[in-house]
Amino acid sequence: MPSIAAYEFADFVETACFLGHRPAFALADGSLRLPAGGDKTLTLHEGGLLAAVYDEFGRRLLSGGEDGRVVATSDGESVVELASIGRKWVGAVAGGPNGAIAFASGRSAWFKPAKGDLKELKHDRTVEGVAFAPKGTRLATARYDGASLFFPATDAAPVSLDWKGAHLGLSFSPDGRFLVTVMQENALHGWRVDDGKHMRMTGYPAKVKDWSWSAKGKFLATSGAPAAILWPFSGKDGPMGKAPLELGTRGDSMVTAVACHPAEDMLAIGYQDGMILAVRFADSKEALLRRGGCSPLRTMAWDAKGGLLAFGAENGEAGVVDIAG
Amino acid sequence: MSETAAAPIPVTVLTGYLGSGKTTLLNRILSEDHGKKYAVIVNEFGEIGIDNDLIVESDEEIYEMNNGCVCCTVRGDLVRVVEGLTRRKGRFDAILVETTGLADPVPVAQTFFMDEDVRAKTQLDAVVALVDAKHLPMRLKDSREAEDQIAFADVVLLNKTDLVSAEDLAQVEATVRAINPHAVIHRTERAGIDLAKVLGQSAFDLKRVLDDDPAFLEEAEHAHDDHVCGPDCDHDHHHHDHHGHDHHHHDHGHSHDHHAVSPIHDVTVTSISLRGGPLDPKKFFPWIQALTQEQGPNILRLKGIIAFDGDPDRYVVQGVHMIIEGDHQRPWRDDEAKLSRLVFIGRKLDAEELEAGFAACAAKAKAPA
Repeated sequence: MPSIAAYEFADFVETACFLGHRPAFALADGSLRLPAGGDKTLTLHEGGLLAAVYDEFGRRLLSGGEDGRVVATSDGESVVELASIGRKWVGAVAGGPNGAIAFASGRSAWFKPAKGDLKELKHDRTVEGVAFAPKGTRLATARYDGASLFFPATDAAPVSLDWKGAHLGLSFSPDGRFLVTVMQENALHGWRVDDGKHMRMTGYPAKVKDWSWSAKGKFLATSGAPAAILWPFSGKDGPMGKAPLELGTRGDSMVTAVACHPAEDMLAIGYQDGMILAVRFADSKEALLRRGGCSPLRTMAWDAKGGLLAFGAENGEAGVVDIAG
Repeated sequence: MSETAAAPIPVTVLTGYLGSGKTTLLNRILSEDHGKKYAVIVNEFGEIGIDNDLIVESDEEIYEMNNGCVCCTVRGDLVRVVEGLTRRKGRFDAILVETTGLADPVPVAQTFFMDEDVRAKTQLDAVVALVDAKHLPMRLKDSREAEDQIAFADVVLLNKTDLVSAEDLAQVEATVRAINPHAVIHRTERAGIDLAKVLGQSAFDLKRVLDDDPAFLEEAEHAHDDHVCGPDCDHDHHHHDHHGHDHHHHDHGHSHDHHAVSPIHDVTVTSISLRGGPLDPKKFFPWIQALTQEQGPNILRLKGIIAFDGDPDRYVVQGVHMIIEGDHQRPWRDDEAKLSRLVFIGRKLDAEELEAGFAACAAKAKAPA
């Protein structure tokens, strides 16, 4: 049976992750909590934290805040300021290959290579999300009516991927062949990067708030429905013409967070009522990891080995599930 | 101990042109001792006392929803900022949204109905429009937004009244009423107003909408009232001043009033008040839904109290463009006549068609020939 180390934080948990072996929880109040092995707190941002992502390339937590700063911590011991743009809210951050970062505020995205100057990429409309392609230095931005693809190390004009509507966030498939956005409507949109072929992923009863690529990028698991919706991305056309996999269907709650296991074809599913299930793709077999809580799950993350799952909820409830018990 | 059912945070939207006194009012709200913490979303930091760390600048971003409906728009910047602001518990008690003079108030309001996250965490309290009494006639000539802001408002502050003559002020107030007979109008100088008349209005709360407004029912009778208060008049300028007269339920046999477009000013918004007896819900709902689908773009606001045949409770409806919501409000009192009232504020409204459609919803109505 799995065991849970439970924590109660005072504020909204934006992002749970593992820094090395230590579970770490970035809260909306701007603090980073490392509760295991002696409670440690780091201040990431004054005022509040708006976005935090675990940078798989640099193995660090990147965050942006109301203080106009972008900071990183890789060990939970010290915080490095990567950029500061003054009195602006940094609403999106991303890490890329070779230590590059990108972030967004208002109608601009910024790019910064590991060693080099900050470069502002102006847009006509608000930049809602940023993401790096897995290889090379290619940056995508989500905006109204589509996405833009930059080679930010050069001065080349961006490639525009157009699709009507407001795109709020985006992610490349792990093989870099597809770019997927989450929209203001209850839908995802995707493009095959090579030829711009469209992929519409609709039918959600709620906004998609969380997504996770499965091991080797075979599926994109998403929240926004009473089940986790997994779009198949292994074929050359992505999910087009294929039905998505639905896992962990419940009649009385909605999926709010998802995290694919780093090695196995297995998904952790977090619900509106705080329940967490682990579900295997092959046979939909479910295991209960957490019975429930008082608040919707916001974030979940596996450690590198896939034995521990960190989770955090909107009301500050958090914990680490040890699936081996 | 569920914390998901936290009370929604009230949101007040302040509209008005540059120079209308909006900044003065905002600064007063932020500096007066009312025991409440506000988060303020502004388009530009401008002259607002920037010591307050809960002032957020945001670029106006109108997002059309991808459902083929041109009037289904939200403010993307508000979705993002409100989501960010409301994650943390107890950080503030209410939100103020300041819009620029050129802003369309409709997407701002629709954000609070159409975005599921914003809707879950906030409650639109009221749209407050500041109007510069001196410059309104000019504004109405050169912009549609000035008119929209008045048409859309729950509360209108007719500001800078000290800069115009009594005659001009009366004329400007009449113009405001012609555009929006249902807004509560307050005359102010230097945006001096008891904040209780601006904040905490619950103008969009179905349980309260129109309830503090008994004269909504008699509105139609006053539509062509020529009464204009003099400069020394100290009564509050709620749109239906009774002056002690008894105006209860005259029924002059007409069931709608078309508030005429002011001949002097460049007003394109009209309001239409419909009245009738108890309605048949099986007729009313399909009618109002089809109507808001077809004519949504022309309807800025709609409000109504409906008496359904055999239903002991009052049913209230309100709408913004194509969005309409309704709910049972409270039982009809014994001393209340069970009358149905519906008011539309908008452009290109066909009074005869609306009247006929509404009349056809009557319970036990004769089938049309």
